[in-house]
Amino acid sequence: MTPDPSRLCLLVATRKGLFIMNAAPERHRFALEGPHFLGHVVHHAVLDPRDRRTLLTAVSTGHLGPTVFRSTDFGSIWQEAERPPQFSAGSGRAVNHVFWLTPGHAGEPAVWYAGTSPQGLFRSEDGGRSWSGVDGLNAHPLLATWTGGEQDGTPDGPKLHSILIDPRDARRMYVGMSSGGVFTTDDAGATWRPLNHGSKAEFFPDADVEYGQDPHRVALHPARPDRLYQQNHCGIYRMDRPDDCWVRIGASMPPDIGDIGLPLAIHPRDPDTIWVFPMDGTTVWPRVSPDGRPAVYATNDAGASWTRHDHGLPPRDAWLTVKRQGMCADGLDPVGIYFGTTSGEIWASADEGHGWQSIARHLPEIYAVEAALW
Amino acid sequence: MVSAVKVRLAPLLHSYTAGAAAVSAEGTNLGALLNDLDRQFPGIRFRIVDEQYRLRRHMRCFVNSSDIRDLAAPLQAGDEVFIVGALSGG
Repeated sequence: MTPDPSRLCLLVATRKGLFIMNAAPERHRFALEGPHFLGHVVHHAVLDPRDRRTLLTAVSTGHLGPTVFRSTDFGSIWQEAERPPQFSAGSGRAVNHVFWLTPGHAGEPAVWYAGTSPQGLFRSEDGGRSWSGVDGLNAHPLLATWTGGEQDGTPDGPKLHSILIDPRDARRMYVGMSSGGVFTTDDAGATWRPLNHGSKAEFFPDADVEYGQDPHRVALHPARPDRLYQQNHCGIYRMDRPDDCWVRIGASMPPDIGDIGLPLAIHPRDPDTIWVFPMDGTTVWPRVSPDGRPAVYATNDAGASWTRHDHGLPPRDAWLTVKRQGMCADGLDPVGIYFGTTSGEIWASADEGHGWQSIARHLPEIYAVEAALW
Repeated sequence: MVSAVKVRLAPLLHSYTAGAAAVSAEGTNLGALLNDLDRQFPGIRFRIVDEQYRLRRHMRCFVNSSDIRDLAAPLQAGDEVFIVGALSGG
């Protein structure tokens, strides 16, 4: 059954609150609703695709500690988690903010996962009301070695993100850690191992290390779960398991654009198609659109070649930055692509990236954009 | 002996107290007081102290006029506690 476009919404998490944008059927107009949690730092908001009504939001403020709020009526009523993600007492670690939310496997309808800063993985078995640490990772004796020291995180703190669950097997999961790399478990989080062979860590004397990489965003293709993509600090990669080696598909990007960026969006049905938003990774890492000319790049052949899409985007003098959660694809046909910038703009394409239009301006700094069908 | 203490709360915590700027709580020390606050207003303590029982970096607790960061600091009946976001916060 074709999803109804009028049930599409965008969940826009910003540094100053959460906004919900409801689509008109043709996806050229979106009605802005909000802010929810005005003044709060909202790192992520996700609608549960399993019931299409449970909405979880990761919230903190500059002062108050981190928490998770839950709504089943699109934000008319929010309920705070009874026990937000928190490390075990005596561990010496404290959650600074909840960064990432992922609904669990379809066969575990009440399960959610959360990733935190600093790196921690948490699981809820009651729809986000209470959270417990996944000790197989959080208490792993090598976690501090994998993730490095204070200088090995992002400017906003080290993070665990990109929590991915194999749709064939709820026990097989992947996480990305910045810093740390990609890690996987085959036993629901009891044991973990690095999965970084082939991805570079060019900020170390030896760029080919077992762990310590910086995956900015990792994605698993639902139609081919052995296929993973990542936009890494050091390029764009693809992995086809069981060949557990990352291949740098960003090598086929135009040299003057490069393959550095933060977000990544995958096609909901075609495992060979992804979209990236390149940013300048030269010299001192400007992390804005190369030459002030923003563009989305797409591949339709799993990274063998890339096509520039900039029709409708500013042709020049636009120094855009999109964070790692700031770009997404909807589940419609043709696929809609969306990205939100740190300067508070949202750009949308209703035709898989070929044409773009601005659908919101003047929002606070955008951290995350998630498309959801309710 | 349990001490009844007046607690003034800065606006960033009023969502937990249904808008009340001042409440009453009990505790022989600051940590116990925060436990009692959490019993009355579920969730409020974790916004103020972390899971290692440390006052969060950008939160401040004044007992009368003294800036206190030690949660074991004793309280006496009649004390006034003021919980506020620090100027350093986001």
